[in-house]
Amino acid sequence: MDNKVFDIYKQLEEKNVLLSFKGMITSELLTTILQIMESKMDHIDEKPKVKKKVFNILVECLQNLYHHIDQEDFVHVPTEDKSALLMIAKANSEYVITTGNYMKTSDVEPLKGKLDLVNSMDKAELKAYYKQVLSEGSLSSKGTAGLGMIDIARKSGEKLDYNFMPINEITTFFSLAVKIAE
Amino acid sequence: MNMENLTLEGSAKTPTVSFDSENGVLELKGRSIPENSIEFYKPLNDWIDAYAASPKPNTIVDVKLEYFNTSSSKCILDLFKQLEKLNAGNTEVKVNWYFEEDDEDMEEAGEDYQAIIDLPFKMIEVEEI
Repeated sequence: MDNKVFDIYKQLEEKNVLLSFKGMITSELLTTILQIMESKMDHIDEKPKVKKKVFNILVECLQNLYHHIDQEDFVHVPTEDKSALLMIAKANSEYVITTGNYMKTSDVEPLKGKLDLVNSMDKAELKAYYKQVLSEGSLSSKGTAGLGMIDIARKSGEKLDYNFMPINEITTFFSLAVKIAE
Repeated sequence: MNMENLTLEGSAKTPTVSFDSENGVLELKGRSIPENSIEFYKPLNDWIDAYAASPKPNTIVDVKLEYFNTSSSKCILDLFKQLEKLNAGNTEVKVNWYFEEDDEDMEEAGEDYQAIIDLPFKMIEVEEI
């Protein structure tokens, strides 16, 4: 056996990762991850205000993964379905929630458009946009409201850091990092 | 006509529901973060529809949520819209929106609803929900 396990450990250690997960995203898993993060934050006596923000943003990030992972068409990955990456790190007083998942390349443009729009807005504009989508939009059959990214940006107060890495014509790997500062 | 109260125990992802037709008090308490909230809120909408047939002169809505997700936010809006219609009929509806000290996000969420919905909102800050 080589040193690769140690390398992974060291990387996670250097990035101050509190929790990381790679695998299938299920409803039960979301419940478990939320419970673990809540007890971790309780354990370190995190400020209630920060705790609430981290929890809220984590809920939306996880539910984005749960609803939007799309890799059925992806030929290079064996039948491991709906797999995604989640990392929660805390360096100094700043939390960073990072997610990574496959998506359809054809869905990249609308998502990028939404992220850029949200990133161009200040606090007041985000509030107005949220209210507009809330009152005019309707829920999809999956129960999604189109409010997730707006809500994440509003609560984070920071710009959303994202990347789209094309894998092939039909599949792209999407990564998102959300900062939560005190 | 006597209608049954709606009582649901809270879970890790759904709030405690206590809709009391005898006293005209509707309470939502805890967290509302299901992946798909439509299924959860449907019986609440149905109950309000039934209550609308013979409501109390005063209806108090106590919203004591610690967390809610964006899927729930739409369902909560629809619930308020139902109550808005009810308010135009033969009951006076009042909403008490509870939030914990320093929870500006939850306070703002209440203000967002207040701006969209034509119902009297009272913002109530408490130490712990």
